[in-house]
Amino acid sequence: MSSRSSRGLALACLCPTPAAFALGEAAGPVARVPLNVPAITMFLVFVAVTLGITAWAARRTRTTADYYAAGGSITGTQNGVAIAGDFMSAASFLGVTGLIYSGGFDGLIWGVGGLAGWPLLLFLLSERLRNLGRYTFADAVGFRLAAGPMRTLAACSTLIVISLYLVGQMVGAGTLIQLLFGLPYWGAVVTVGGLMVLYVTFGGMIATTWVQITKAVLLLFGSTVLGLLVMNEFGFSFERLFKAAVAVHPKGPAVMAPGGIVSDPLSALSLGAALMFGTAGLPHILMRFFTVPDARAARHSVFVATALIGYFYLLIVVLGFGAIALVGGRPEFLTTAGKLIGGDNMAAIHLSKVVAGDLFLGFVSAVAFATILAVVSGLTLSGASAIAHDLYANVWRRERATEQEVVGISRVAAVALGLLAVVLGIAFEGQNVAYMVLLAFAVAAAVNFPLLVLALYWRGLTTRGAVVGGTVGLLTAIACVVFGPTVWVDLLHHASAPFPYRYPALFALVACVTVTVLVSLTDRSERARREASAYDAQYVRAVTGLGASGASEH
Amino acid sequence: MDQLYTRILADTDFQRLQRRRERLCLWLSLAVFSAFLGFILLIAYAPGALATPLAPGMVTTRGVPLGSSVILFGFALTGLFVWRSNREFDIEMARILARHAAQD
Repeated sequence: MSSRSSRGLALACLCPTPAAFALGEAAGPVARVPLNVPAITMFLVFVAVTLGITAWAARRTRTTADYYAAGGSITGTQNGVAIAGDFMSAASFLGVTGLIYSGGFDGLIWGVGGLAGWPLLLFLLSERLRNLGRYTFADAVGFRLAAGPMRTLAACSTLIVISLYLVGQMVGAGTLIQLLFGLPYWGAVVTVGGLMVLYVTFGGMIATTWVQITKAVLLLFGSTVLGLLVMNEFGFSFERLFKAAVAVHPKGPAVMAPGGIVSDPLSALSLGAALMFGTAGLPHILMRFFTVPDARAARHSVFVATALIGYFYLLIVVLGFGAIALVGGRPEFLTTAGKLIGGDNMAAIHLSKVVAGDLFLGFVSAVAFATILAVVSGLTLSGASAIAHDLYANVWRRERATEQEVVGISRVAAVALGLLAVVLGIAFEGQNVAYMVLLAFAVAAAVNFPLLVLALYWRGLTTRGAVVGGTVGLLTAIACVVFGPTVWVDLLHHASAPFPYRYPALFALVACVTVTVLVSLTDRSERARREASAYDAQYVRAVTGLGASGASEH
Repeated sequence: MDQLYTRILADTDFQRLQRRRERLCLWLSLAVFSAFLGFILLIAYAPGALATPLAPGMVTTRGVPLGSSVILFGFALTGLFVWRSNREFDIEMARILARHAAQD
């Protein structure tokens, strides 16, 4: 397998979300670029605005509900923009544009895959999740199951997903900022880590949401302007855009066709499962459903998010092909080997210079930095709630902790996660972190998503079944990645991998569901009987919203 | 609360409404799932079908409008679901809940 196609494969899994590998791999030895003054100025304005938001949010954050769920004060539309912001990461904006720049049509696959999970999340999960939970998705999974084991499992899977993501983001951020701003790698990582800890510890969910909304609006604005300018170059004709791309790209007409990103049907299905179900199982996105007042607003927020994400991915297709047509043939953007300066991920950045000049280049760079910052903040808050709300308040203290205590633990957890992310981000500088994102998506798709669906729709699910099945799914995902080509061959340089498939999601999903169902069906314990009889009350609350948190304030 | 839940669960209007809601969720989920699966399977088994130009002499291939339509289709289905939920399900559910609340 050529290095380009294996890179495409690995990118596949992370494009819908954070920057990780997409940006991490561009790394290698990065030549220091001169300080980019307009970009840094605009980024500093963004930082000043977001710190203002954080100060305002800190004054409004009094209770645990404020801290974790913005007190249910976010409207459906605002939440939709924030959710879209979580998803429109630097990996989508820079990574997928770069993927189209190098591979053409194949990039569209990630756009389609990135969107497909959202309708499913809306139809199956969003309303019931909102009606059953308070702060984390573990609230809904463990609604009628034993709190101790269920929350421990859910918190473990959340922390695995979150920390893998955070490290991937940090490595991506360091590299990107080095390229865009001319800052040293460690300086970029420390800046991102420091700012995210400030937002999360002082501003909680209110700040995290508004930072995400601000960035989403900036990113949508920037990419819309870019898209319009590109289309303007081609008289707003797609055929002319594609014709110009075909003329420039070394692949010629093949740039408009699928290029063997998935080699066999089973890999295709497993990649599909990771994209589709992974989206619906990401803890930092599921957490957002608790920031709105009721199920109706939750539903509306997915509608808004789907619209924005769909629009964004269609724009990315224009930007990707625009980059081929307008940047590809120009020697000033290419190395002597004919590669893009700074790697494929710089395609969107170079494009902004071509169509709109230096000032807009600065704006787009600042937005890319802001994107990383907003996404890591959401991740950190989600990890901190798993530690403080699930593990500390519900498992360890068995709901005897005071609100102040729990928020205090959250803040400590956020600082600890921030430190961990900075240290690991620096430790993994220049390394291939593809496997981390693969694993994060596999765990979300193979553990969080099926357990949530089973808990909400299947009366027969028992604690024993969920814990055993979830653990099996978790271990299967880890084993498939470690013994698969991504780690075993690419990272450890063995000749071939014991597990031949690159995408673990489908295998871990099947393992998790099979074991969960079998163990639940054979569970004859008294607790299993109680859990089945508690299903009715859970069902009525889930579909009517009676007794849902926040409902009493209306 | 438990008594109220039991009463609602036994309400035939509630059961009828839930059957309609759940059927819609199921069909919409299957529709979006099949569209996505179909696209993935075309890429795996018949990439040539996607690589065919829309018309002789054009460079735009069938895959471009097809992929974009999967995105638009997914969005259209979320719109349909939200529209029916707002216009129909929420109102009926509110009526059922109000009736039970009045009995308390």
